[in-house]
Amino acid sequence: MLKLYDYELSVNCYKQRLLLGILDVPYEVIPVDFFPGWEHKSEAFAAINPLGHIPVIDDDGYVLRDAHAILVYLASRYDPSGRWYPTSDPQLLGEVAQWLLFAEGTTNTASAARLHDNLGYDFDIEAVRTGAHRLFRVLDEHLWFAERQQRPWVCAASHPTIADLALFPDVVLSEEGGISRIDYPALRRWTDRVKRIPGFSPMPGIFPATPASTG
Amino acid sequence: MSLTEVSAVCTDRVILDRWHPISALAETTPVPQRTQLLGAAIAHRRVGDPEPEVWLVDDAETPDAGPPLPVLVRYGYVWTSLGDPIDLFEIPEFDEPDRRRLNAGSIHVATSAPRAVENFLDLGHFPYVHTGLLGAEPHTEVTEYDVDIVDGEIWATRCQFFQPQAAQNASGGQMTQYTYRVPHPYCVLLYKSCAIDPTRRDTIGLFLQATSPETCRAHNFLCMVDEESTDTQLRRFQQLIFGQDKPILENQQPKRLPLDPRVETPIRADKSAITYRRWLTELGVRYAVVPAD
Repeated sequence: MLKLYDYELSVNCYKQRLLLGILDVPYEVIPVDFFPGWEHKSEAFAAINPLGHIPVIDDDGYVLRDAHAILVYLASRYDPSGRWYPTSDPQLLGEVAQWLLFAEGTTNTASAARLHDNLGYDFDIEAVRTGAHRLFRVLDEHLWFAERQQRPWVCAASHPTIADLALFPDVVLSEEGGISRIDYPALRRWTDRVKRIPGFSPMPGIFPATPASTG
Repeated sequence: MSLTEVSAVCTDRVILDRWHPISALAETTPVPQRTQLLGAAIAHRRVGDPEPEVWLVDDAETPDAGPPLPVLVRYGYVWTSLGDPIDLFEIPEFDEPDRRRLNAGSIHVATSAPRAVENFLDLGHFPYVHTGLLGAEPHTEVTEYDVDIVDGEIWATRCQFFQPQAAQNASGGQMTQYTYRVPHPYCVLLYKSCAIDPTRRDTIGLFLQATSPETCRAHNFLCMVDEESTDTQLRRFQQLIFGQDKPILENQQPKRLPLDPRVETPIRADKSAITYRRWLTELGVRYAVVPAD
């Protein structure tokens, strides 16, 4: 069975749990004592990922690291609809790649702020918060204009893609890093839409969606 | 509330003259680590074995030196004090040889230490916040329980709740019996029926390090009867639960716990919370609370 090296409070691990739940793929969690045990930095774990970070998957001997790479693999391997990672549409695929790279930016800013505020990681907190706001402003404007064109998702499709799942957790948990979303109304509406995707599962800190305004 | 008042060092003697947790012993390092206690910048490092050093950082230019503070190593944690500390409370089961004693994670929370204590005492939120684990609808009733002050500590007994998965090693739902204990203004313990041995009880503690009047660091303490689960599994379960509580805690206003009984309207299930607030008032605690007077 597919194995996920996982830490409950990790946003990048949660992205995998979220996609696997939506695709209804059974998997086995291998818990990693990320905090306070620092198991991901241990010698034993270096054999699994020499970079010393999680998530990592082991799919019947095929080992893959890095959150967004794993999303690409899981969607390509386990989504028969081909929608979550739309390889048949070059422009849409380009957009997905663009926003996956953007999500690396929110990992380095919004996630970093959260690790600083929750677990006491040593980051320049003002710098990472400022960086997160810069990215959130861009994403909020993008989603605002997309809504004007009747497009509810990050990429120009009628359905969500892995780009939505890659961006969602850092946005929805940003307050835990002291990053207010009060100025980003389109972000709020979009996070509610993500929460209503069939098969959606939360993680600690994420509340269920508010009731939909239309039936 | 002005910034000066939030960042000011504590002057409350009741709180100053206590031991406060500042780190799990296992997480101390030879390299000094800085933290904050009661508004004061402090630092600690491991020297020799096992006694760490703790000092007050009174000069930002020389963070690695400063006036030494008292040190106590207990229950796997390093405790210190900015005053003349009274004895730390006892946890007799900590010395039982087959117990699993674990530091399950120290997590910063943007609320006061007493808010975190009060939330820990509350059974009523289980079905809504810890759905499918510590509670589930429609089993939402908090039945009558007793709260007493015994030897200067709060004890809530005869608490019980239906739980779908009461612990990492629980299989299936069970009525779980709880006893709660508040032996320190910022520390709280619970004793709950053990999933594998009905004659014994697991001990779970939350030791709060009040970093400022409106922020704290929650040290999750486990002292379990469980031969099966790995440390990683035990920590994972505890952090899942605490991670669910955290956003609820951080959304409570005001962040300091109001002690005036007229400020917030309690229900019957809040009996231990009401006692906790009254007990803090009787102790004369003024730090991290909104006093009644």
